[in-house]
Amino acid sequence: MQLNRDELLGAYRRMKTIRDFEERLHEEIKTGEIAGFTHLYAGQEAVAVGICDQLTVEDKIVSTHRGHGHCIAKGCDVKGMMKEIYGRAGGLCKGRGGSMHIADLDVGMLGANGIVGGGAPQAVGAAIAARLQGKGRVGVAFSGDGACNQGTTFEAMNLASVTKVPAIFVFENNHYSEHTGDAYAVGTDKDIASRAEAFGMRAWRANGCDFFDTYSAFAELLEYVRAGNGPAAIELDTERYYGHFEGDPQRYRGKGELERIREERDCLKAFRSRVTEAALLTNEDLDAVDTEVGELIDEAVAEARADELPDAATVADDVYVEYY
Amino acid sequence: MAVMNIREAIASTLLSEMERDEDIILLGEDVVGGNGTAGGPEAIGGIWGTSPGLWEKFGPERVIDTPISESAIIGAAAGAALSGKRPVAELMFADFVGVSLDQLWNQMAKFRYMFGGKAKCPAVVRLVYGAGMQTAAQHSQSVYAMLTAIPGLKVVLPTTPADAKGMLTEALRGDDPVMFFEHKTLYGVKGEVPDGDHRQRFGEARVVREGGDVTVVACGRMVNFSEKAAEKLEPDGIGIDLLDLRTTSPLDEDAILESVEQTGRLVVVDESPPRCSLASDIASMVSERAFTSLKAPPAMVTAPHSPIPFARNLERAWVPSPQKIEEAVRRVLGFRQEG
Repeated sequence: MQLNRDELLGAYRRMKTIRDFEERLHEEIKTGEIAGFTHLYAGQEAVAVGICDQLTVEDKIVSTHRGHGHCIAKGCDVKGMMKEIYGRAGGLCKGRGGSMHIADLDVGMLGANGIVGGGAPQAVGAAIAARLQGKGRVGVAFSGDGACNQGTTFEAMNLASVTKVPAIFVFENNHYSEHTGDAYAVGTDKDIASRAEAFGMRAWRANGCDFFDTYSAFAELLEYVRAGNGPAAIELDTERYYGHFEGDPQRYRGKGELERIREERDCLKAFRSRVTEAALLTNEDLDAVDTEVGELIDEAVAEARADELPDAATVADDVYVEYY
Repeated sequence: MAVMNIREAIASTLLSEMERDEDIILLGEDVVGGNGTAGGPEAIGGIWGTSPGLWEKFGPERVIDTPISESAIIGAAAGAALSGKRPVAELMFADFVGVSLDQLWNQMAKFRYMFGGKAKCPAVVRLVYGAGMQTAAQHSQSVYAMLTAIPGLKVVLPTTPADAKGMLTEALRGDDPVMFFEHKTLYGVKGEVPDGDHRQRFGEARVVREGGDVTVVACGRMVNFSEKAAEKLEPDGIGIDLLDLRTTSPLDEDAILESVEQTGRLVVVDESPPRCSLASDIASMVSERAFTSLKAPPAMVTAPHSPIPFARNLERAWVPSPQKIEEAVRRVLGFRQEG
């Protein structure tokens, strides 16, 4: 795996955009201006970007309730997302979806999902469509260590295995399903990837806090699936920097756990060390991206605040394409 | 015009539409049948005989036998529809909606709205429903009311071969999720079917007969039972306006209201328990919107508030009968306001 300068800068920009987007939301939510449920992706950026950077617009992904990172990585408009989370008319979904239901079919993002485990079968459907298209495209389901316990996920893995469609199951194990640890809730001595193996799939395992490890493992997987070998899975060991939802007091965390995670497992820090030590990029290159991203997020928040609320008269529009 | 039964109308429409549009795919349990057996694929040819020969003609990438995994069937249909395909997913029994409800209710039905009107989810779900074959509590239910209550879904229930063709075609050429209900006792119903392209718009009730004294609103098998009741009432000079709703979402409110404004009397027949039912929905709509036209309280002929029993006589007692419909018509006609 050899990424060129532009690819490296792009990957860093997308990871940093996700991080800043989420950290800014964490602050803005405290002002009371953003209502509803928001689940932040900070800490897991290397997974979304390490995977989506290798997909084309025609490859489809389905996401989770913790979906902002997947959206940004797959190419959703950041300002449109921010407006959506603020519930504004100019939001990516016109204020009808909110944080948990952001989608943009034009970039192959089939939707975040408020139902844990809701997306996996849909990725199999996308893979059925991809196989018919005959261009080596894939359907990717992002799931967490929570969704790995849903029957829909098992059904989806079995259906993919039986039909041999190019479906990819990405398990982001951040070790917490809501407020319960994976040591309790994942009822096996083995890992989540072994469940995919039990359904007859090849499975990869990688460090989800390391962009390069995630990228190279997924590159192998993707080549395998694009070649027509049927479905595959990958489990990424990663970390969630915030609670299940914003406002979660996280009493379940160990003493010093969050500090340790941020110190030892930060994907942005690891990326910076790696590329500067290898002289692939300079600190100045990365600092320039930081500034650019900071400005983008500032603008996104300002524009979201200034945007109008949706017209209440449209409340029942867009339920059907045609209803008579 | 060719004469065929509803089963044949569905099978031939699936065939011709799949020939016309290569984006149409079919998936479900035993839609092929026989995969992984000594008999080989097509040993069954679809458990209801509605997809014979499709696997041989279109191959395993378009005609997909699934494991018994209803959530995955509906979810895969939803994902394929979002990805530009037109999936037809078969639920062998409509009762299995219970297993797959999240994918229908929280997913397929809501995509377009949640995603700001930009997504289309043109999936057709075929659901085999209804009592009358002693298939008991978990294989006989008419779950159309539950799905009618979900914004984002369309719900259609053909009662004639012509409508089966016309409405399946309409479903396959439209861009919204459609719940296509097939009553298991009506598969053998024969009738004339228009040749060539035939589309039946949704939201247009069929006027089965015009009698002018009482409006009877029904769908599915209850249309046939209402006709039997009408035949019993005719010798007594009682004529009914019988409406076959054809679709419960959208609902042809105008046809119901126009008839009730003429007759002043309403009987709604519904093959399901009475609470929060199609019957109560229509009775309430008419009470609200045609109150001054009513000469008697709307009557509901429904099943009791109970699961569906197995024993032959118990099942017959559960299903609304032609006799109960006839009694309800006589009751609303005999109503006299006190004072």
